[in-house]
Amino acid sequence: MRTLQFLLQKEFRQIFRNPAILRIIFIMPLIQLLVLPWAADYEIKNIRLAVVDHDHSSSSQKLISTINSSGYFQLYAYTPSYAQAVANLDRDQADLILEIPTGFEKNMIKENETSALIAVNAINGVKAGLGSAYLQSVIREYNNQIRTAWIQPTRFSPQPVIEVTASNWFNPLLQYKDFMVPGILVVLVTMVGSFLASLNIVKEKEIGTIEQMNVTPVKKHYFILAKLLPFWVLGLFVLSLGLLLAWAFYGIVPVGNLFVLYVYAAVYLLAVLGLGLLLSTYSENQQQAMLLSFFLIMVFILMSGLYTPIESMPTWAQYLTKLNPVSYFIQVIRMVLLKGSNLADISQQLFITTGFAIVLNTWAVVNYKKRT
Amino acid sequence: MKTHPHISQRKVKPNRQFFSLAKKEFFHIFRDRRTLIILLGMPIVQIIIFGFALTNEVKNSRIGVFNQAQDAHAQALINELEASRYFEVTRIFTSYSAIEEEFKKGTIKLALVLPPHFAADLKHFNKTQVQLIADASDPNVANTLINYATAVILDFQDRLTNNNTLPYTIRTETRMLYNPQLQGAYSFVPGVMAMVLMLVCTMMTAITIVREKELGTMEILLVSPVQPLKVIIAKAIPYLLLSMLNITSILLLSVFVLQVPINGSLLLLLAASTLFIITSLSLGLLISTITASQQTAMFISLTGLFLPTVMLSGFMFPIENMPLPLQVVSNLVPAKWFYIIVRTVMIKGAGLAVIWKEALVLTSMTLLLLGLSMKNFKIRLA
Repeated sequence: MRTLQFLLQKEFRQIFRNPAILRIIFIMPLIQLLVLPWAADYEIKNIRLAVVDHDHSSSSQKLISTINSSGYFQLYAYTPSYAQAVANLDRDQADLILEIPTGFEKNMIKENETSALIAVNAINGVKAGLGSAYLQSVIREYNNQIRTAWIQPTRFSPQPVIEVTASNWFNPLLQYKDFMVPGILVVLVTMVGSFLASLNIVKEKEIGTIEQMNVTPVKKHYFILAKLLPFWVLGLFVLSLGLLLAWAFYGIVPVGNLFVLYVYAAVYLLAVLGLGLLLSTYSENQQQAMLLSFFLIMVFILMSGLYTPIESMPTWAQYLTKLNPVSYFIQVIRMVLLKGSNLADISQQLFITTGFAIVLNTWAVVNYKKRT
Repeated sequence: MKTHPHISQRKVKPNRQFFSLAKKEFFHIFRDRRTLIILLGMPIVQIIIFGFALTNEVKNSRIGVFNQAQDAHAQALINELEASRYFEVTRIFTSYSAIEEEFKKGTIKLALVLPPHFAADLKHFNKTQVQLIADASDPNVANTLINYATAVILDFQDRLTNNNTLPYTIRTETRMLYNPQLQGAYSFVPGVMAMVLMLVCTMMTAITIVREKELGTMEILLVSPVQPLKVIIAKAIPYLLLSMLNITSILLLSVFVLQVPINGSLLLLLAASTLFIITSLSLGLLISTITASQQTAMFISLTGLFLPTVMLSGFMFPIENMPLPLQVVSNLVPAKWFYIIVRTVMIKGAGLAVIWKEALVLTSMTLLLLGLSMKNFKIRLA
């Protein structure tokens, strides 16, 4: 036990001796936590609309002003030809084109039916789908206004109506930040944990001091434990700091029990640190260790469901996410902080993460040889 | 006439020295097979995984139904939801509290509550109500799901009118430009390209230079008669070539595996990519001049660049939705400009006339970054 104590002392000294790393460990993540959640907003608003009105009738004017007052759209341009409107789309100055053909009003009165064209920049499919759906619903509403204005009420046969009411549970104001902040916190904790741990052993390899460790009578599991513990403590510290900031700056008060979160985080950090150690035992120098952990972290984070929902991924990718520890923590932190899930609700995630921790660490200890 | 050996050395050697330095750098890279495999393989694996998996489309979302009606109309509506590609009904509830339990376990994202007497209300009063409850801890998905479900329900309602055409109807035709099949890859592949190139290029340069500092070999290079500037450029050239190889494999994969077409000029796309690679290499250079250890360099290029690149380049989150200060900050992210270029050239098929501004921004960024690194570059090691 005393050996471990001395080893730990050495590791902590090594970490705290390097102020540059310390600054980066704490300040960079926190700045990002303060800045980045503001960027995460998918909500479609201020859709820029280019209008091509060939009809110039009072009906087309009224349609345009209805659209304008709907609140979703921003009338960006009023172009004389469709080709010019498309040029606006090309230059990313408009998102949607509404073309009203000549005879729009005349056809409506004479033929009982008229048409309009909506053209969308569909590179981002979701945005395009929602944008055109909003425009269609505004036009439908305008259509109903015309009908009620032009037709005597008695002749207008009532249509069965299904009223849809929607409620948003757990986040009634649809605050995107409430969703992103816990996720980003997980990313930061993961980066601090796995990444620094993987570099640590390799650095000793590269500068040759590992040789000295190897000739000491220190048992290898003590050695590895001493490497792990400081980063485990740092990881939990970053988590606490992040939670504090989330409360102070974003007003995110955990709905669930923080104890549940810390139990999970403690296990999770062991798993992530184990991964870092494993990578370091397989690398010959810091460059390799960094590239490997960089690659893995990037894949883990982007495939974690932080930004894009896991259910949208193809089946093979969904299976891949089952091997991704980050995705479990992201689920857990959102469940506990936003929905108030308890230990029983997250038991599956906790169980799997424990499995990761055991497998990865055992593998790392077995693979670490006291020879270079 | 025989020239003095000393003079001839001055005239000819600088170039030869430069090339031998570049050659040395190539040897460095090729000797470390593992690193080489990672550097060339990483973009390939990432573009495939992310290209297929990253999409914010919502499909086959698991939903639950609390069906208090149990009549034919209710069943028809549920079937309708099930038939759309967005939903998959996986839970049938018998109480409200059961809904909350499932939300807490995270097994469903949306619940539909059908009132008792659903069909009877429709028949007698021409009016009924249904409730949609979304797990809004993910607001994006909640919003999209509610929109889609509402559309399906409205469709169902329209069909109940027995297709009676109403008078004075405005029909709308919708044309999806640039991406008629609404492929998720069209918006994500250019973004992934920008992200992968930026991170890999920046990190590579930052680490190699700092590595020589850390190992002490930089000292040796700096006392050699080669100008320090050339030392640095010679270090960057192999990585430039490596990155060109990467962009080639990325483009091949995008076209042949991910089926994203190159509608514009390939030459323009390659030229822009080269420009962007140089921008990223210069950024790496700058990072290497301000850091002393590989760990710090790596941590800056990973923690400092990864999240901002993903979040502020515009491919994940629309920049126009961000608060003004962040929109301003996003202009500093080189990947944002490259993303616009790739999207415009590759998918919209536009030419230099449309993207010259973005290209100009990247060029000035590169010059600025190079200038800063020159200023920071110390011949003596502190």
